[in-house]
Amino acid sequence: METVSTPGAQATSGGDGPLLRVEHVGIDYVTGGRRVTAVGDVSFEVRPREKIILLGPSGCGKSTLLKAIAGFLQPSAGRISVAGRDRLRPGPDRAVVFQEFDQLFPWRTVADNVAYPLRVTGRPRAEAAQVAARFVEMTGLTPAADRYPHQLSGGMKQRVAIARALALDPTILLMDEPFGSLDAQTRTRLQRELNEIVARTHVTLLFVTHSIQEAILLGDRVVVLSHSPSSVREIVDVSAIADPDAEAFVHVRRKLRGLLARDGEEVEGGVDD
Amino acid sequence: MASTTDVGTTGGTTASGRSATQQVDRRTWGSLPGWLRRVILLAVLLALWQLAATLNETEPASIVGPWPTAQAFVEGWADGDLASSTLTTMRLLGLSMLIGMAVAAVLTTFAQWTRLGQDVLTLLTSILNPLPGIAVLPFAILWFGLSESAIVFVVANAVVWPIAANISTGFRTVPPTLTMVGRNLGLRGVRLVRDVLIPAALPSIITGLKTGWAFGWRTIIAAEIVFGVSGAKGGLGFYINDARTFLNVDAGFAGIVSIAIIGIALESAFGLLERRTVVRWGMKALA
Ligand SMILES: Nc1ncnc2c1ncn2[C@@H]1O[C@H](COP(=O)(O)OP(=O)(O)OP(=O)(O)O)[C@@H](O)[C@H]1O
Ligand SMILES: [Mg+2]
Repeated sequence: METVSTPGAQATSGGDGPLLRVEHVGIDYVTGGRRVTAVGDVSFEVRPREKIILLGPSGCGKSTLLKAIAGFLQPSAGRISVAGRDRLRPGPDRAVVFQEFDQLFPWRTVADNVAYPLRVTGRPRAEAAQVAARFVEMTGLTPAADRYPHQLSGGMKQRVAIARALALDPTILLMDEPFGSLDAQTRTRLQRELNEIVARTHVTLLFVTHSIQEAILLGDRVVVLSHSPSSVREIVDVSAIADPDAEAFVHVRRKLRGLLARDGEEVEGGVDD
Repeated sequence: MASTTDVGTTGGTTASGRSATQQVDRRTWGSLPGWLRRVILLAVLLALWQLAATLNETEPASIVGPWPTAQAFVEGWADGDLASSTLTTMRLLGLSMLIGMAVAAVLTTFAQWTRLGQDVLTLLTSILNPLPGIAVLPFAILWFGLSESAIVFVVANAVVWPIAANISTGFRTVPPTLTMVGRNLGLRGVRLVRDVLIPAALPSIITGLKTGWAFGWRTIIAAEIVFGVSGAKGGLGFYINDARTFLNVDAGFAGIVSIAIIGIALESAFGLLERRTVVRWGMKALA
C-alpha cells in the first residue's frame, strides 16, 4: 500500500541525533503539602523512526513520564528535550493516545474526531476532511466514519484515537497503554495493525505498557523501569524479534521478566504469553 | 418516540404467550397506540371537568366548563388581552433568564478560576437554591417598588442559582482526559473552553437552563398574582387574578390554559434540544 510521508520526522532526522532526550529526569507530585517522588532518575533517548517501549511495574511512573514529555507536567529535576527544544508545552508535535476510552469528543463523529485537530492546527476544512478520511481508512474505520463515539466498541474507539494522533503527523507519537483495557484478542489484533501502520508512516513511537509480550512485539528497544521512584533498570534491544514462537523471543521475554522480577514484582504469567 | 417503542415491546411479549384469537379478545390498555391512550385520557379529563362545572352551577359561576373556557381563550387571544398579557410575562421572564444566565456565567467563571470563587458559589447556591424564589418578593417590592424591576429581580434570583450550580458541576466533571486531549492539540484559554469544555459540559448546562426556566416560570406567575393583588398591572398571573376579581371566570380559566400550554411547549422545546444534542451524542440517556 501507499507510503505516507511524515515531513515532521524527516525534517528533524537530518542528523542522526536523538529526537527525544530524557536526561536525569525526576518528577515529584505535591499532594496535600506532601511531596511524593514518582520518577526518581530516568535517562534515555529516542532516535528518529525508532519504536521505544517504556516497560515497568504498575505505579512506577510511566504515565507520569509520558505526561512530562507531552508537556502536561514539568520535571522537578533533569531535562526533557524534543528536537533540541526543552521547557515543553503541550502540542500536536507530540500527539498522545491515552489509555482511557473517553478520549474521543462525544459530540463529533469518527471522521470529525480525526478532522477537527487538523483544523485546529491550521489546515483548511476541505484538506482536513481529506487527510482525515485517509487515516480513517488506514485504521479500517471507513464504515463507521459517520458514527458517534458512543456507538463504537472499545477497540474501535482506540483505533479512532490512533488515527487522530497519526493524522497530526507528530514528530513523536506518545501512547500510554492504549490497549490496556481491551480483551486479549482485540489487543493482539490492534498490536498487529499498529505495527503495520507504524511501518508505513515511519512515525517515531514512544509506547508505554506493562505487558512484556506487547513490548517485544511492538518495540525496537525496551526501557525497563524499576519501582517508584523509578530509574532505568536496563535498555534491551528487541528489534527484529517478532515471531512469538522463535527462540530469540522466548529468550528476551525471560530476560525482561527477570528484570521486572528483581523488584519482587508479580510478573504477568501465562495469560499474555 | 420512547412510548411507541414501549408499546411495541409490551404488545410483543403479550402476544408471544397467547394464541392469535385470544389476543384479539384481550386487547389491553398497554397494547393501544400511545397517541390514542393520550387522547382517551384527555377526553376523560375534559369530561370530569365538565362534570365538576355542571354539578357546581352557581350564579355567578365559580367553575366554568371546557367549552366556555375555549371560547374565552379564543376571544382573549383575538382581542389581544390574553396575547398582550402573555407577551408581558414572556418578556419579563426572558429578561430575567438573560440576567440570570449572565450572572451565572460570571459566577461559574470565577468558580473555575479561583478556589475562593468556588467556595463563594457553593455557599450561595446551597443557601439560595432551596429558597423558593417568591420568598424574596416582599423585599423586592420594598427595594424596587411595585415595578417590573421587582419582578425581574425576583425571577432572576430564582433562575440564577440552579443555572450556576449545574454549569459549575458540568465544568468540574469534564473528564480530565478530554481536557488533556484539547491541550495536546495546543488549545488554550477561550478556544479550549468553547471547543472542549462547553460541549463536554453541555448535558449539565441544558439541565441548568431547564431547571432555571421551570423555577422562573413558576415564580413569575406567582409574583404577578401578588402584584395583581397589590394593584399593579400586567402579565398572565395578573390576568388570572384580575379575571377572578371581576368574576370573568371563563377568562381566568383561559389564562390558566394558556400558562399550561406555554409550559408544555417550552418543556418540549428543551426535550427536542436534548434529543438533537446530548442524547444523540450518547452523553445523556433518554429520560
Ligand atoms: N496526580 C497525582 N498526584 C499525586 N500522585 C500521583 C499523581 N499521579 C500519579 N501519582 C503517583 O505517582 C506514581 C506513578 O504514577 P503513574 O500513573 O505514572 O504510574 P504508571 O507507571 O503509569 O502506572 P500504571 O501502569 O498503573 O498506569 C504512583 O505512585 C502514583 O500514585
Ligand atoms: Mg499509567
